Amino acid sequence: MMFKKEVETMREAEMKELQLERLKWSLSHAYNNNKLYHDKFDGAGFNPDKFKSLEDMKHVPFLTKQEMRDAYPFGLFAVPLDKVVRIHSSSGTTGNATIGGLTKNDVAVFGEIVARSICACGGSEKDIIQVAFGYGLFTGGLGLHFGTETLGALSVPISGGNTERQLMLIKDFGTTIIACTPSYAINVADYIERNKPDYDMRSTNLRKAILGSEPWSERMREEIEKRLHIDAYDIYGLSEVMGPGVSAECTEKSGLHLCEDHFYAEIIDPQTGELLPEGSSGEIVYTSLTKEAFPTIRYRSKDLTRLYRDSCKCGRTLIKMERVSGRCDDMLIIRGVNVFPSQIEHVLMQVEGIAPHYQIILDRKTAMDDVEVMVEVSESGFSDKLTGLEALKKRLAEKLKNVLGVSMKVTLVEPMTIERSEGKAKRVIDKRIM
Amino acid sequence: MNVTQVSIFIENKPGHLQKVLKTLADSGINIISLTIAESKDFGVLRLIVNNPSKALESLTENHILCSSTDVLAIEIGNEPGSLYRAIDSFSKMNLNIEYMYAFSQRVNNNAVMIFRFDDIEAAKKALSETKHKIIKNTDIVGE
Repeated sequence: MMFKKEVETMREAEMKELQLERLKWSLSHAYNNNKLYHDKFDGAGFNPDKFKSLEDMKHVPFLTKQEMRDAYPFGLFAVPLDKVVRIHSSSGTTGNATIGGLTKNDVAVFGEIVARSICACGGSEKDIIQVAFGYGLFTGGLGLHFGTETLGALSVPISGGNTERQLMLIKDFGTTIIACTPSYAINVADYIERNKPDYDMRSTNLRKAILGSEPWSERMREEIEKRLHIDAYDIYGLSEVMGPGVSAECTEKSGLHLCEDHFYAEIIDPQTGELLPEGSSGEIVYTSLTKEAFPTIRYRSKDLTRLYRDSCKCGRTLIKMERVSGRCDDMLIIRGVNVFPSQIEHVLMQVEGIAPHYQIILDRKTAMDDVEVMVEVSESGFSDKLTGLEALKKRLAEKLKNVLGVSMKVTLVEPMTIERSEGKAKRVIDKRIM
Repeated sequence: MNVTQVSIFIENKPGHLQKVLKTLADSGINIISLTIAESKDFGVLRLIVNNPSKALESLTENHILCSSTDVLAIEIGNEPGSLYRAIDSFSKMNLNIEYMYAFSQRVNNNAVMIFRFDDIEAAKKALSETKHKIIKNTDIVGE
C-alpha cells in the first residue's frame, strides 16, 4: 500500500518539474523571510529570481551544521514565532544544539512522510504501532507518533526503555509494529533471552520493526530478524532537515526511497564540495522544498551515501539512497544521540583534576552502545583518599551525562598512559561491530 | 614532626604495581610498610619508606602520579586495650579516621599504627591523656 501513490509513483521528469517549481518557492521564501539566508545568498551573488533550472542549484551556497548552531535558537526561522507550533532539537549542549521548528503545515508534512514510511514497509491503518523512540525534543518519538496517527493506525506512545513493559504491551495490546533504534531492538532480544525465556515473540502479533536514528548494518538486520522473528526496516532522517521519514525502506529492503517531493537531495564530494553525478557515492546535501518554519537550503549533512534510480519492484519511482555508510566528520552516534568528540573534550576541560588527554572507547558488548571515557588524573585531582577519586569520577560522569545526554563510563587512568601521537590524536576507538 | 606517607595512583591492572616497585627499587628506596586501597578500576598505594622525598622525586620523574601525605603514627603496646584507648580518645573528640594500617617495629615488639585524619593536630591533642608514643619520621628510618 502507498500513502500517496500519485507522488510515490510519479515519473522522473514530472518529479523534476515539481521539484523545480517548489525549489523556486523555497529559495525565495528563505531569501525573503530570513536575514541569514538573505545575507548568505547576497554574499554568494545568488539571486533566487534568477533560478531557472535544477542546474542552477550549484550557485546556491551550502549551509553547514556550524551555521545552524550559530543561528541558535531561532535564527533560521522564516516565519514569525506565532506561526511555529512545535520545536525539535538535535541532541547537544545549548551552544551546540540545532533547532528545528514546524508550522502547522510542516507538522502535516512530517506526519505524511512518516505515514509513507510505515506504508512502505507494508504497514497500514490496521496496524498497532508501539513507538519506542524517545519522546521529547528528539524527532524520533513524536515523528513516528504523528506519522502513525496521520496514517490512521493505532499509536502506543510508550517511549524508549522499560523493556519489561514493552513486552507486556506487545502481548496485551497486540502490537504489530515496533519503532525504535536498532540497538534497542537487539536489547529487547537480549532481555528476552536473559529474563523471559518463555516469552515467545512468535505467539504475539509483532511482525515488523521500523528502526532508525542510528547507523546499522545488514548483519544487525539479520540478527534482529532472526532473534525477534520479525522483518526489520530502515527509516532515515535528520532533525536539521525534518526528522525520520526523509527516506525509508520498502518491503524490497534494498535502499531507501527518498521523499524527493519534499526534500531535494544532491551528492557532493565532501572534500571539494563539487556536485557529483547521479549514482556516485559522497556526502548527501539536502534542500527542503515545502518547509515553512525553517527552510533548510543545501544543508551539508556529512552523511555518506549514494543516490540512484532503479525500477523498484514495490512500484515506487522515488529516488533511492543507500543505507548511510558513515560520516565525513568525527560525529559519533551513541545510542541514537549525536556526540562530537569536541563536546566531550569541552566538558573535560571544565573539570579540575584531570589532564586534557582522553580517549573514548565505543563498544557494543551488550545490545546497547557502551561508552568509556578514559581520562588521566592530574596532580590536582589525585588524593590519597579513595573517596576523593571516586567523587572526581562521579563528577565527570554526571557532567558528561548532563551536557551530552548520554551516560558514559568514566575510567581514571595514570598520567602519560593515553597515547600521544605526533599528528592527529587517536581520540576515538570504535570497536562496535555494526 | 609527622610521618610522611607516599601515596601513589595506580590502575587496577596487571603490571602497574610492578612498575611502581621497580622504580622504587632502582632508586634504592626501602619500603617499611605498604597498603593498597582498591576500587574497581584503580587503587591508591600508600607507603611508608626510608626516604620519602627521594621516593617522590624518582616516582615523579617516571610520570607516576604521587603525593606526600602527613599521617599520624603512634606506637601501640603489645598488650590488650592499647589500640582501644587510642581509638576511644579519637572517638570522644568526634574525630573521623579516614583510613589506618599497621606494621611492626624492628626495635621492640610493639606495633606502629598509622592514622589518616583530616585534622592531624586535633588527633594529636586527643592523645595527650593516653600516653601513646607519637612516632616521628626519624624513629622509623633513623637519623
